[in-house]
Amino acid sequence: MANLKLTKIRKSYGAVNVLHGIDLDIRSGEFVVFVGPSGCGKSTLLRVIAGLEDITAGTLEIDGRVVNDATPKERGIAMVFQSYALYPHMTVYDNMAFGLKLEKNNSKAEIDKRVREAAKILQIEPYLDRLPKALSGGQRQRVAIGRAITRDPKVFLFDEPLSNLDAALRVQTRIEIARLHEKMHGTTMIYVTHDQVEAMTLADRIVVLNKGNVEQVGSPMDLYNRPDNLFVARFLGSPSMNILPARLDAAPEGVAVTPEGGARLSLALPYRGAAGGNGYLGVRPEDLVPVQPGQPELFRGQVTLTESLGEVTLVYLDTGRGAEPVVAKLPGEVRLERGSTMGLAARPEALHVFDADGRAVRGARAEAVAA
Amino acid sequence: MPAILRQTGFYLLVAFIVLFSVFPFYYAMLTSLKSGTGLFQVNYLPREIAWGNYAAILSDATFLRNLANSVFVASVVVVISLFLAVTAAYALSRIAFRGRTLLLLTVLAVSMFPQIAVLAGLFEVIRGLGLYNTLYSLIFAYMIFTLPFTVWVLTTFMRDLPIEIEEAAIVDGASPFTIVTKVFLPLMWPALVTTGLLAFIAAWNEFLFALTFVSNNDTRTVPVAIALLSGASAQEIPWGIIMAASVVVTVPLIVLVLIFQRKIISGLTAGGVKG
Ligand SMILES: Nc1ncnc2c1ncn2[C@@H]1O[C@H](COP(=O)(O)OP(=O)(O)O)[C@@H](O)[C@H]1O
Ligand SMILES: [Mg+2]
Repeated sequence: MANLKLTKIRKSYGAVNVLHGIDLDIRSGEFVVFVGPSGCGKSTLLRVIAGLEDITAGTLEIDGRVVNDATPKERGIAMVFQSYALYPHMTVYDNMAFGLKLEKNNSKAEIDKRVREAAKILQIEPYLDRLPKALSGGQRQRVAIGRAITRDPKVFLFDEPLSNLDAALRVQTRIEIARLHEKMHGTTMIYVTHDQVEAMTLADRIVVLNKGNVEQVGSPMDLYNRPDNLFVARFLGSPSMNILPARLDAAPEGVAVTPEGGARLSLALPYRGAAGGNGYLGVRPEDLVPVQPGQPELFRGQVTLTESLGEVTLVYLDTGRGAEPVVAKLPGEVRLERGSTMGLAARPEALHVFDADGRAVRGARAEAVAA
Repeated sequence: MPAILRQTGFYLLVAFIVLFSVFPFYYAMLTSLKSGTGLFQVNYLPREIAWGNYAAILSDATFLRNLANSVFVASVVVVISLFLAVTAAYALSRIAFRGRTLLLLTVLAVSMFPQIAVLAGLFEVIRGLGLYNTLYSLIFAYMIFTLPFTVWVLTTFMRDLPIEIEEAAIVDGASPFTIVTKVFLPLMWPALVTTGLLAFIAAWNEFLFALTFVSNNDTRTVPVAIALLSGASAQEIPWGIIMAASVVVTVPLIVLVLIFQRKIISGLTAGGVKG
């Protein structure tokens, strides 16, 4: 049970600024995921929260108490490291009991009870007497999680805990972590990953980080459906959102968007920029459908490649402008000749408009009118 | 056929190397077991086994004293070197400070000077410190060559220990002292044993400093004591006794290596981190 409040947290290593003033509120019992490309400062932020790195400026509060100078133990955190970081010379049991033994007032029976409880939850009871080197990667990861559980932390931190596991094990462990969060409701969990699928599936709220700044905070579907900016729009979703440069004009209905070489669309979005301003039009591959008669067409181009993934087919369309092909995710198996021409349309609600700075132009429900 | 040839060649080479390195010691043992004029007959298998030389050397109070001196000097050198090296290695591998690389190179550079080059200066230092003719002069002097390599080996070793293991211990609430004793030392055991053994051997065998800084028969260490063993007259060199003494001082090293060889468990760190 702990809530966290980060206020203008900065971190620099000498002249290198890694975090540029992070503001964040994390509620008690919440599962928060920090996601962002490699090198954006996710681990640094987590380590700042853990107390493994000094805070250059700003304050960190846990349960209303400023803990900038508190040790990790005083903060009541436990951490699972990317590389597991088990003590190689201790058995699984001793690895899990190490932290408890360091606390003076724990009786042997109490320690034993807590280690065995954690081992049971993680199904590592058969390996308690083994050394880490006699365990598989997945088992080591469970021990690392178990070591954190026995401490009964207020805040549980994970730094890319699945990145050393193979694909199948990763999915399985991901589900187990979700289950663990349900079991330990009340424990605040902060989870770092560069994998958007982990972020989408695990998080109550996602924090998207980029170059040491928070780009957006929100529930997974919130970020997915209403990205605040181009970075978030591109980062979440696979394949990522199609983004095309477009011309933005004020229009009676709201904004008129003219994608490069395409038809003019009017959307009911508040636009306060200059007439003829530069901007971007974004649409997710799964929101694109083959155009029906009478529907305004968004893109027309030649099919350069199709990829059948079973439940969906990815169609790559060369629209003749821009280097990037437009990608459409069509349901089922779609047979298309390479080189054939195809038109695509999308529901107006599915269109995303960004201004020249990459910020979303957003308002009430959009409505498209062919101009 | 070539396979057999290659194998034969390999084992011939091994046999040659073993013979080359073991023969001098074997011959010393052979000689130490001879007595009287038998000493001057060359043979390669023991004809007689006479323990007289051993009895003589082991009943010589001065020699036993010298042996004890050597044990004392070498042990203290090992303990102090390892203590200083572990603490230095921690700083050099874990704490980023200005001039760290330069410091490491300087430490290494110290070991480049030939002993004879520092002898005169060191003599003055030792006299100035009032250590002349004591065993402490040797302990002090031996640090000059044991510290550079213990510091280097342990720094390299510690640098390869994943920092996450230390951080995990910090998160677990361990104090720096607990981290060193409960986490680092068990992991560094193989490196400590290896470097400690090398330091012990170096201190045990050292001759030049031991000859220069100590002039008293009772304060000498065994290499010098053996070299200065003399017979009844200047013309008579007591080869049998010298060889017996040489064998006696070699045995502790062999025993040490055999004991610790088992404990040098490589790959102890494997498994703590990924892989
Ligand atoms: N000890 C350090 N000294 C200097 N720069 C560092 C240090 N640790 C991390 N950085 C830099 O901080 C940035 C963010 O690192 P990190 O938080 O590990 O990224 P992420 O976990 O998001 O991949 C990187 O550009 C990295 O080079
Ligand atoms: Mg990282």
